[in-house]
Amino acid sequence: MAKKIDEAQVRHIAMLSRLKPSDDEVRLFSEQLSAIVEYIEKLNEVDTTDVEPTAHALPIHNVFREDVPTEPYGPDQALNNSPQRVGSFFGVPKVLDQDSGA
Amino acid sequence: MAALTDIRDAIRSRACSSREAVLACIEAIQACDPQLKAFVSYDGDRAIERAEEIDEQIEQGQPLGPLAGVPIAVKDNLCTSFGYTTCSSKMLEHFAAPYDAHVIQCLNAAGAVIIGKTNLDEFAMGSSTENSGLFQTKNPWDVSRVPGGSSGGSAAAVAARLVPAALGSDTGGSIRQPASFCGVTGLKPTYGRVSRYGLVAYGSSLDQIGPLAQDVRDAALLLGVIAGHDPRDSTSVQHDVPDYVAALDAPLTHVRIGVPAEYFGEGLDPEVRAAVEAALDVYRQRGAELVPVHLPHLAYAIACYYLIATAEASSNLARYDGVHYGYRSEKVTDYVDLYCASRQEGFGPEVRRRIMLGTFALSSGYYDAYYLKALKVRTLIRQDFEKAFEACDVIAGPVAPTPAFRLGEKASDPLSMYLADIYTISVNLAGLPGISIPCGRSADGLPIGLQLMGPHFGEAPLLRIAHEYQRETDWHTRTPPVCANGTKE
Repeated sequence: MAKKIDEAQVRHIAMLSRLKPSDDEVRLFSEQLSAIVEYIEKLNEVDTTDVEPTAHALPIHNVFREDVPTEPYGPDQALNNSPQRVGSFFGVPKVLDQDSGA
Repeated sequence: MAALTDIRDAIRSRACSSREAVLACIEAIQACDPQLKAFVSYDGDRAIERAEEIDEQIEQGQPLGPLAGVPIAVKDNLCTSFGYTTCSSKMLEHFAAPYDAHVIQCLNAAGAVIIGKTNLDEFAMGSSTENSGLFQTKNPWDVSRVPGGSSGGSAAAVAARLVPAALGSDTGGSIRQPASFCGVTGLKPTYGRVSRYGLVAYGSSLDQIGPLAQDVRDAALLLGVIAGHDPRDSTSVQHDVPDYVAALDAPLTHVRIGVPAEYFGEGLDPEVRAAVEAALDVYRQRGAELVPVHLPHLAYAIACYYLIATAEASSNLARYDGVHYGYRSEKVTDYVDLYCASRQEGFGPEVRRRIMLGTFALSSGYYDAYYLKALKVRTLIRQDFEKAFEACDVIAGPVAPTPAFRLGEKASDPLSMYLADIYTISVNLAGLPGISIPCGRSADGLPIGLQLMGPHFGEAPLLRIAHEYQRETDWHTRTPPVCANGTKE
């Protein structure tokens, strides 16, 4: 039987998830996720015609409060856990090459 | 280590100081934790300093909070402005939260001394604490077995009497199941009862913080401290917080306990069944009426949960980008690779698996068939409970199909691990309160838990009914072979 989630799909989902699985992991996840999705398809046995979806267990809708400004974090607090800090900024790799004329 | 209420009273009456209580805790951790590995971190110096502050307040006759001077542990997915909040993940191994979670503020305001932070399945994803990205926690009843999860560190620490009580979080059973495996009392409150502000998010419509304690009285005391509205969590409700401890002594008349046949079906270990049925007999002998009820959609709860929880997780964990905080890969080719490599290396396999399952469920072409379908089945599960509660005050059943399994037994088969969550997850899907209390032991000497589930915001009667069982039995007082109090049996 064809796998529910084949290796090409695993690679696609991994890209959407911003993950970078090894070839071995792609094979393993294809097997494991296929088994899980096959199990999950049990849900198709349930008749949900005219059933409203539940996103939250309690009937809570929009909650409003006064728009009162509070003290924001300063740069030191905000950047404290940054893997790479450059002055008052988060450091990241170059997005464009210097030669690209951007 | 005595129970929370006893230590609180001893400190209050000056029979012992907070410093002494905290030192006893540190000694217990130093003696037993190398074997159990329940703690990710603890800071004895900080705790002693805090205890001395409380002792000073007592000396001066200042007004005291309900937990003044009492040592306590918290699961390491609760943000603390001291130390690290790791979520037992390499991703957050050195993450120093800039603020305290709401429940940490509540504990501090109540005078509690937070002694350390406990191990969990990475980002609370798991049922054995084996998915911790740091190390495995052992079950104090049998160190070759898992403590349950994901709040396995909190459960093991309380069971071994390293701390009188601890906080955990429960998304699909993560307080109740480890409480059952370790023989302690664990309460998952109603969704919205306790603010999730500062709880690192896993499945936001399911997550709830609650106590793990030696008995129901201590769980009630702790719930009263952490419950209540907090404007920083828009799903926390405005309802008043009753005096849960006072409610334990209220008279109990004509209790109707719902017994769902679906909780006693195929797959339930015979020893667990016998222990839970014996517990129901205790209630019957105390005059409770046992009412058959039905939860016909139980069979679909696991499928429903593993779509909704993972979908929410895939969204919640998108924030770990290797830029703002957390782990960053050192081998990065470009900015997309920065995300992919950092996340691949920073997250463990179960977290990656769940992110991918959730991403799949939400992805174009699959959303209606999987995610939306699960939300509709969730409605039916919720309605099953509403209907059942028309005929009973609480619903009783097992917490888990088996006692604690062996380390490694289910680790290579994620689906078999998911299936063991059958009795706990529908409570999260329906947003209900549920409690696990010890009700017996297997032939191997492993604890077995009784689960009681109540209607929304029915914590006070739920705790009252659970307390009744502990007045009649002594399972909750038994201590495991690995224990700071020494072996009693």
